[in-house]
Amino acid sequence: MKPLNLHQCAGCSTSRRGFLKASAAAGMTWLSPISQSLAFSAENDLNHSEGKAVILLWLAGGPSQLETFDPHPHSDLAPGVKVVNTSIPDYQLAGGLEPLADLMDQVSVIRSMISLEGDHERGVYHIKSGYRPDPTVVHPSLGAIICHELPKGAVEIPNHISILPNQWPARGGYLGARFDAFQMGDPADPIPDVTQRVDEERMQRRLESLDVVERAFLAGRDPELDLLQTRHRATINEALRMMRSDQVKAFDIQLAAQAERAAYGDTAFGRGCLAARRLIETGVRCVEVTLDGWDSHVNNRETQAKRIATLAPALSALIRDLKDRDLLRRTVVLCGGEFGRTPRINPLEGRDHWPHGFSFLVAGGGFAKGRVIGATDPAGDSKEPDHPVRVADLHATVQHLLGLDPEKEIITPIGRPLALSDGRVLT
Amino acid sequence: MSRLNYMLLWLMLSAGMSSWWLVEHRAFHRTADSGDTHSGSDQHPRTESDPWIQPEDENLASDLTLFRRLCLGLTGTIPSLEWIRTFESWPHETRLNNTLQLIFEDPRYGDYMAERFARAFVGVENGPFLVYRRRRLVDDLSESIQSNQPYDRIVRELITAQGVWTSHPEVNFLTATIDPNNDKEGPDEVKLAARVSRAFLGVRIDCVQCHDDMFGNRWKQQDFHQLASFFAGAEMSLTGLVESEKPYEYRYKRKPETEVVPATVPFLPELLPQEGTPRERLAKWVTHPENLSFARTLVNRVWAIMFNRPLLEQVDSIPIDEPVPVLMDQLARTTIDHGFDLQHLIRTIASTEAFRRTSSGGETDGKELFPLTRLRPEQVAGSIIQSASLETVGVDSHILSRIIRVLQQGEFIQRYGDAGEAEFEARSGTIPQRLTLMNGKLVHERTEKNPILNAATRIGFLATDDATAIETAYLTVLTRRPTTDELNHFKKRLSGTHKDARANAMQDLYWALLNSTEFAWNH
Repeated sequence: MKPLNLHQCAGCSTSRRGFLKASAAAGMTWLSPISQSLAFSAENDLNHSEGKAVILLWLAGGPSQLETFDPHPHSDLAPGVKVVNTSIPDYQLAGGLEPLADLMDQVSVIRSMISLEGDHERGVYHIKSGYRPDPTVVHPSLGAIICHELPKGAVEIPNHISILPNQWPARGGYLGARFDAFQMGDPADPIPDVTQRVDEERMQRRLESLDVVERAFLAGRDPELDLLQTRHRATINEALRMMRSDQVKAFDIQLAAQAERAAYGDTAFGRGCLAARRLIETGVRCVEVTLDGWDSHVNNRETQAKRIATLAPALSALIRDLKDRDLLRRTVVLCGGEFGRTPRINPLEGRDHWPHGFSFLVAGGGFAKGRVIGATDPAGDSKEPDHPVRVADLHATVQHLLGLDPEKEIITPIGRPLALSDGRVLT
Repeated sequence: MSRLNYMLLWLMLSAGMSSWWLVEHRAFHRTADSGDTHSGSDQHPRTESDPWIQPEDENLASDLTLFRRLCLGLTGTIPSLEWIRTFESWPHETRLNNTLQLIFEDPRYGDYMAERFARAFVGVENGPFLVYRRRRLVDDLSESIQSNQPYDRIVRELITAQGVWTSHPEVNFLTATIDPNNDKEGPDEVKLAARVSRAFLGVRIDCVQCHDDMFGNRWKQQDFHQLASFFAGAEMSLTGLVESEKPYEYRYKRKPETEVVPATVPFLPELLPQEGTPRERLAKWVTHPENLSFARTLVNRVWAIMFNRPLLEQVDSIPIDEPVPVLMDQLARTTIDHGFDLQHLIRTIASTEAFRRTSSGGETDGKELFPLTRLRPEQVAGSIIQSASLETVGVDSHILSRIIRVLQQGEFIQRYGDAGEAEFEARSGTIPQRLTLMNGKLVHERTEKNPILNAATRIGFLATDDATAIETAYLTVLTRRPTTDELNHFKKRLSGTHKDARANAMQDLYWALLNSTEFAWNH
């Protein structure tokens, strides 16, 4: 499959200088030719926010880079791992990701993500918000920032959605619970309870009575209680808007063609990815879909292989589908977890947490195509990957692609101004 | 009507439907804004001895509000109309003690508290079925709490448990950590060390499992694995969990080889006894009266259960070296002095001014209001089911109604969104919650026309007049009387209605009350 070169590549050479300098200083003799020939770049013909969206495929628990996007076939780090050639020359994926092989020229892979957090909860916080946990403030997730900064438009259903969330779904943080992701389960089942049980006239009477009860409760309380804390009436209004909107059909994947559903795989995650595409198409701004269970401290290969079997069809169908519908150029797709896994296998045949060089797949929305950024040490020793990409830098870049200025500051409730991201836009 | 409903119908008929008098309670006919604030049974003299008795103070919540808080916090549901009538018949000065007595004798108290503690002890997952029965553990905890076993003894039994997980329920605390995918047989020392430190000591020492604390914190990787080492001997055999001599081996970061890790405690080593098996020694150290962390953690958890919010922000993280709030230490000391008597601790917390403060109003002379918190899903489900009945659901009722309750709650809780172990974190309402309450099956079935099963219909038909019907519905759902505005509004809605129209008007009244902020939040 040959890529349609929709966009002109700009700024291919801007970050090479610093990178070459760093690699020379570090004496990194293990750099692969690919990583040296590729600098990160964004395509910027759509450098405005209109219609732009983000899908985050969240691989919870921390996927192993060695069993996915960074296999190191000639080392002893991942014995027995097969590799697959891809549509990027000289770049190989780990076996199991075959469905992605000929789509790789549509996406890019960062193999050199570095995080500062090696604990699940802190790691999730760091990657989802771009900031490290801080006892004085709760930072919003990327999706919440985007929904806060960009207009909602004509969307009558929630604008920020988390499908199959685990215990740490995307949240609004200091922006308020209004920007928390709307959580939903397996899209095999329709969104429950979106149909009112009485006729419209009786519903109106009920809502009028509810107003009377609410007034009694709010008497003597903070007038901003609903806005700032309970969001009770606010969510009732949002629920009513949703109940009365045709857009709820976007949640219902049974309305998609059978072949389309089959392509994503018969899994909750596959259905989640299909729902994500349908929601984005309807105008929803940010969707995260979680695939849990990558935390392979024990029996790494088996654990990873099971998840990869779910991920591969879903991710490839999503990329292909977005591209075929001309949605990819306005939709950023990110795929990764809170960290990678140790290059060395532990005594329980597992891999432990490794935030020092792990992989993220990025695509669409103005991201460069067919690039492989950075490299990790094939000997598995170095904690400093070549061309490291900081978590905050990825955030800043996505924000930039959506037409936001990462340096813009928001005044947090504690009065401290905070930039949307303290990262650097990768060019 | 489903078969279960028929069976329930039979059950209620055979139990005798003697609740008409609950609705006919004219003596209590008044509105919330006509001087009910301190529910003054003024004919009864007030004494100085009762902690709930204070000079009139607008910063304190009304007695009925306190009653609602206690019932929600300790049994998981709002009080029934039956209980409210009983409560109001008590002289003011006996209400706190009588309420707690009523609650402590109610089997829902043990069940509800046991589930809260179980979440901290073993989480919410059902785990490896072959060797783990969460239900057994919760039932056992429930019995212990109901019979007011000292909390330190409950914890020691969990840590030192031996035998088969089916006949020795406390063994499940250990077998819950068995990972069937793991080659290692028996409980997982690492998970147990994390549980023990978080759930019993309020210390998040598990952050240093893989490396020393990077943030200059006091814990070292060694502290964690030396704690884990106490559980190394816990092994599975044909006769269940046994204690062996097996050592704990671990390879520390930057060390070339695995080494045998000795069993030592991360702080207060002088409290660790020399005698006994490793788990017996650990259990005594954890629950030692001078190990203040143990009592503080208990205080924080019971406070969280009663307020829906811990006293110190994170329920499983209390500083060891830094000062904690004075109140926390006072409560911890009194808990230790009273031999870890849970009922005593609950009584003491209920008597604090913090618990009795109002949740509304602005000026509070610098003191905090009672926190407004979102009810947990099983509290909402339980309260919907309770509000559909005039009598108390679940105290003496047959096992069948309990099963129905569990079935109905299960589906509801899934939709409403259970926060699992993180159930005490502050949260706002969500759209799925509103959808579930507005359009969901549980609210619909518990409020639709059904003169046998549903209180909404029964109140509409039994009450002598509209005002009584409205007041009874308010008491049954919101544990308060309507304001004049509310009364007038709903009088118009009920006026002149009969039969189906009346049942519908009552259903709509119930719908409005059940969908209010007031119903879904603890206040």
